[in-house]
Amino acid sequence: MKKRHYFSRSILFLIAFLFAVLFILPTLLTITNSFMSQWELSANYGKVFSEITSDNEYTSEKVNLKLIPDMVSFKQYFSVLLQSPDYLFKFWNSAFLVIPIVVGQVVMATFAAYTFYRCSGRVYKILFFIYIILMLMPYQVMLVPNYLVADWTGLLDNRWSVILPGIFAPFSVFLLTKFMRRIPEALIESAKIDGATEWKIFTKICIPQCYSAIYSVAILAFIDNWNMVEQPIILLSDIGKHPLSVYLSNINTEEIGLAFAVATIYMIPPLLLFLHGEKYLVEGITHSGSVKG
Amino acid sequence: MKRIISFLKSHKKNKKVESIFLLPSLLGVLIFFLVPFIVIIYYSLINNPMEQKFVFLDNFNALFDNSAFILAAKNTATFSLLAVPLAVILSLVLALLLESQIPYKSQFRTFFLSPMMVPVASVVLVWKVVFNFNGPMNSLIGVFGLEPIKWLKSDYSQFVIIILFLWKNLGYNMILFMAGLNNIPKTLLEVAEIENASPWFKFVQIKLRFISPTILFVALLSLINSFKVFREIHLLTGDYPYDRLYMLQHFMNNTFKALDYQKLATAAILMGIVMIVIIGILFIIENYFGKDVEG
Repeated sequence: MKKRHYFSRSILFLIAFLFAVLFILPTLLTITNSFMSQWELSANYGKVFSEITSDNEYTSEKVNLKLIPDMVSFKQYFSVLLQSPDYLFKFWNSAFLVIPIVVGQVVMATFAAYTFYRCSGRVYKILFFIYIILMLMPYQVMLVPNYLVADWTGLLDNRWSVILPGIFAPFSVFLLTKFMRRIPEALIESAKIDGATEWKIFTKICIPQCYSAIYSVAILAFIDNWNMVEQPIILLSDIGKHPLSVYLSNINTEEIGLAFAVATIYMIPPLLLFLHGEKYLVEGITHSGSVKG
Repeated sequence: MKRIISFLKSHKKNKKVESIFLLPSLLGVLIFFLVPFIVIIYYSLINNPMEQKFVFLDNFNALFDNSAFILAAKNTATFSLLAVPLAVILSLVLALLLESQIPYKSQFRTFFLSPMMVPVASVVLVWKVVFNFNGPMNSLIGVFGLEPIKWLKSDYSQFVIIILFLWKNLGYNMILFMAGLNNIPKTLLEVAEIENASPWFKFVQIKLRFISPTILFVALLSLINSFKVFREIHLLTGDYPYDRLYMLQHFMNNTFKALDYQKLATAAILMGIVMIVIIGILFIIENYFGKDVEG
């Protein structure tokens, strides 16, 4: 019996290991390939990225993904960081769009969630329900109102047309409210008896209790927006303002070496956030639990 | 109106300072989402912004006659119908896998969660190589004696997109399921153990029932995320993908370019209504399935 148990456990471990390899491989390949020389990359995948211009996709030449470069080269990074300011420029475009959204969204959501936590009347229930409905609406639906407002206010083609609606995204409000509802009522009551003002309760009790949730909301907002594609395409017609996430798809054959380096640079901020905050992120997701209650 | 006034009066009496905290967010939601939404409903019912004549359902009829919209709706629906159940089932499998007593649990969790952090734009290069006609995927299926496939330019393209979607979303869902499984009362499982319940009974009657709210939540999240798959498609194939990959977002983009407000508004309203109906149905199913375990 015991032996069988051990056997089934090793099988499960093997399955998990296989999954893990599949999950990590695309990311790992991107990173290792960024250390290949332009020559090596062109030799390996040059065909893949020229297929749009010519019709040579269906030649018989095999394309093989290589995990380990023949020779490690930092030349691609050197060119990206010092010689092609275009990519770096787009990187900052991404940062200028995403950082205000994340900061604004976290502040707004913390305040709003506090009201939903403390007030329990019918009106607040209805309002919270509206937030949930908005949260569950697909992008395609929400972009139309965003576009209309940008058009009315003359913000089209301005960064703020992407940033402002991003700040009011309802998902963070939902997640933080869920989390705050776990704070024991007694804590608030006793603070009230001691004569704490509402502002004091908010800043001295509520926020410290929610650090991990606030952090995880910030990480989630960051990943989602760092990944944005739809909004800039529709709201920013000036390609010069597009974030790197959109621009990266437009690379051509001659720059394929650079592309891998840029792709790697682009994933560094979210990866660092993830490695630093994984514990909080998991805790935050864990408590988002279900839509009800 | 009377009720609103009486509410405001009673509200003043109670002096709920806490409610002020909501104001900035509510103001933003009103300005950026709710008020324009009402305008959109109006737009969907008039003939054009100049004349502003009410035509009721004419815009909706026109949309149903639009072959591009039908194609996009069909593709999006098939994609969601395939991808969402797969996302729910596979992430539950991953969660159960990690819940069983295997070593290096937290390392596995990190690996499974990592794709969620990686921007689509970054890994799209690798995906392009993998699914190239001469790429590793075709070499792999060649081993089993299958003919090479033009992955992105055939009906198999949906399959590629589903793989990408699952890769990105399974980790997050898995965490939700792990939390749900953790919340099952341990005593209940112990009783089942003593009563010699079969593993299958334990799984269906106890675990599945208890995590049914989580299943609902994961299904909803996967559904919203399935609409975001446009990112992958756009980055992989550009503005003009193969027919099977023409999604609602492509349709909307083209309509934005043409600045056809009636079409935009009507499509948005229609999608919103469909979404609300789907959410409603999911809630009813969950209510029925998990009703006796919720206190």
